[in-house]
Amino acid sequence: MKVAYWPGCVSRGFTPELHGSMALVAEQLGIELVELDRANCCGAGVIAEHNQELVDTLNARTFALAQQTGVSMMNICSTCQGAQSECQQRLDADSAYRAHINEALAAEGLEYKAGITNKNFLWVLVEDFGLDELRKLVQRPLEGLRVGPFYGCYVLRPKQRLGYDEHPERDLYLEQVIEALGGEAVEYDGARKCCGFPIVTMNRETSLRQAGTHVGDALDAGADCLVTPCPLCHLNLDMQQPEAAKITGRELGLAVLHLPQLVGLALGLEPKQLGMRKHIASTEWVEERLAAIPA
Amino acid sequence: MPEFQLKVRRYQPESGDGPYWQSFDVELDETLSVLDGLLQVRDDKDGTLVVRCSCRAAICGSCGVKINGESTLACKTQLGEAHEAANRRNGGSEPIVVEPMGNMPVIKDLVTDMESTHWKKIRRVTPWLLPEGEEPEREYVVPPESMIDITQSMACIQCGACVSSCLSLEADPGFIGPAALAKAYRFVGDPRDGQHEERLHDLAQDPHGIYDCTHCFSCIDACPKGVAPMDQIMRLRRIAGREHDIDDVNNGRRHEEAFTKIIERKGTLDESLLLQESYAPGIKGKLKPSGGALKGLIGSIPTAIRGIRTGKMRSLPKLIPGVHHKLPGDSQNQVKRIYEHAEDHHEELNLYIRGEEPDQDVPEAAIEPEPDEAGDR
Repeated sequence: MKVAYWPGCVSRGFTPELHGSMALVAEQLGIELVELDRANCCGAGVIAEHNQELVDTLNARTFALAQQTGVSMMNICSTCQGAQSECQQRLDADSAYRAHINEALAAEGLEYKAGITNKNFLWVLVEDFGLDELRKLVQRPLEGLRVGPFYGCYVLRPKQRLGYDEHPERDLYLEQVIEALGGEAVEYDGARKCCGFPIVTMNRETSLRQAGTHVGDALDAGADCLVTPCPLCHLNLDMQQPEAAKITGRELGLAVLHLPQLVGLALGLEPKQLGMRKHIASTEWVEERLAAIPA
Repeated sequence: MPEFQLKVRRYQPESGDGPYWQSFDVELDETLSVLDGLLQVRDDKDGTLVVRCSCRAAICGSCGVKINGESTLACKTQLGEAHEAANRRNGGSEPIVVEPMGNMPVIKDLVTDMESTHWKKIRRVTPWLLPEGEEPEREYVVPPESMIDITQSMACIQCGACVSSCLSLEADPGFIGPAALAKAYRFVGDPRDGQHEERLHDLAQDPHGIYDCTHCFSCIDACPKGVAPMDQIMRLRRIAGREHDIDDVNNGRRHEEAFTKIIERKGTLDESLLLQESYAPGIKGKLKPSGGALKGLIGSIPTAIRGIRTGKMRSLPKLIPGVHHKLPGDSQNQVKRIYEHAEDHHEELNLYIRGEEPDQDVPEAAIEPEPDEAGDR
């Protein structure tokens, strides 16, 4: 399998372990990543507040670059998925609008043609790679590891825009992947809620109260760790976890894994290789639990 | 006739007991609504069950509840689909779970008190027209097309489903919230209103105003009328910043401008520069940083130190704002050109009004022409 790969900004910024672990896991899974190194930021919902035409054109450029590769596009960030799907919906809906946007791309010799397939790694894993194939590759079943799923809003809502008509179980995929890897999916209140990250510089207390509450709820439900397909959620749940603990007034300390890291562990890769030591919330407990799993 | 089980969250304050769950079996056609089910329970099984409803046709907005955790109208949700939703993960025998709406106090059973988190906030945004100038002899006359833009927010039936689903309100009860902000846009977008700027200024100066929305999209999915409150909040932000040059107390506009400028210069996000420019933009911001800016920057130091210690931030571009690379080759210039093009036009496509063109893969002959098709862009 070959994909036009958009890693996004944060996976190469404050969560470099995500970009690194995705590369290792793709190799194990036999997914060839054609990196879109000329592509630009998706706007993360922020540029859309400023100028809708601008963000639509920026993402049309990324889509056009992906279409040049001749294969479907894959991202590793819920926020990229949501922001790009929003632009794609407008671009695909109206040919005159699309033609207007394409005018701005013409100078670079690019054109966006309606109907690109752009999927988060989570969707690719379940819909294209397949859970049965994934199960076959598991070297170290995550037996007894209790994993709390944390999706990120941008791959959940709005359902109509995000292909839920065609794929109604997209909001259950994390549980399905956790179980396919041999782990146990933990039910807790925050799995499909907001991490609060988009307002962390605007209303820090509200933002971190959201993150802290979800981490706390997962701990109360007995989770050994969380897993997320969104590096922006990771920033609030992991990087800001000590600050979130202060605001929620309780001790936290729960490892938060990126989706490729969880997959990588089950495929037999080592925590250090997968960049887990770079996390702020210690992943030691997960390593101990893994060590206890009989080979 | 199929049988459905409704698991209802009950609460009677006069009993002195806390809330509890009670299950009821109802026999009804799967195309009938959850409200029909609740009314059958009330009529045949337990006359004490309290539920608020009136029109039963998704027009009055009285029967807002949570069904299987999702905020919606009981009259607009079919029993069959609710049963299916309840059994997506655990197969077959799970009941349909019905609860009162969230983010508001419960009066009794499924009836909530909408005053504190809904009506009070609606009043907060001055939900009436404030025209300027001399009153016309008869009605205000405006071109119909100038009103199209606000028809989406005018579709609101005040059911409170968006308020119930709002994840910002859950963490910050002070947030003005999705319903009231959609209502605010209904007047900010109205050409007859003369106080657009004052309204936006008021919302920007409230720390729980337009920049307190966390982009979770819950209100968009919850709304039974397609109002998409979050989209209206984004419109308020765009108009406040761009057309009226209004700065807000949450630093939201500075953050948005800094972000947008960084992508113009670098193509991808320079996170350190974003932090710096959001709090202390330009030379002026650095020479005379505000109290909030200093607090924000100082507040981010412990996080940065932790990041350096574990290695995730141990590189010059992450530590020094502005060192971040540009896009390779000619790409950065292309991005700059896109900025110029878009700044010239500022086009906004509203799919609620325009609708989507039929699927282009389908041969044209197979498409039934729509009488109201909007092909006149």
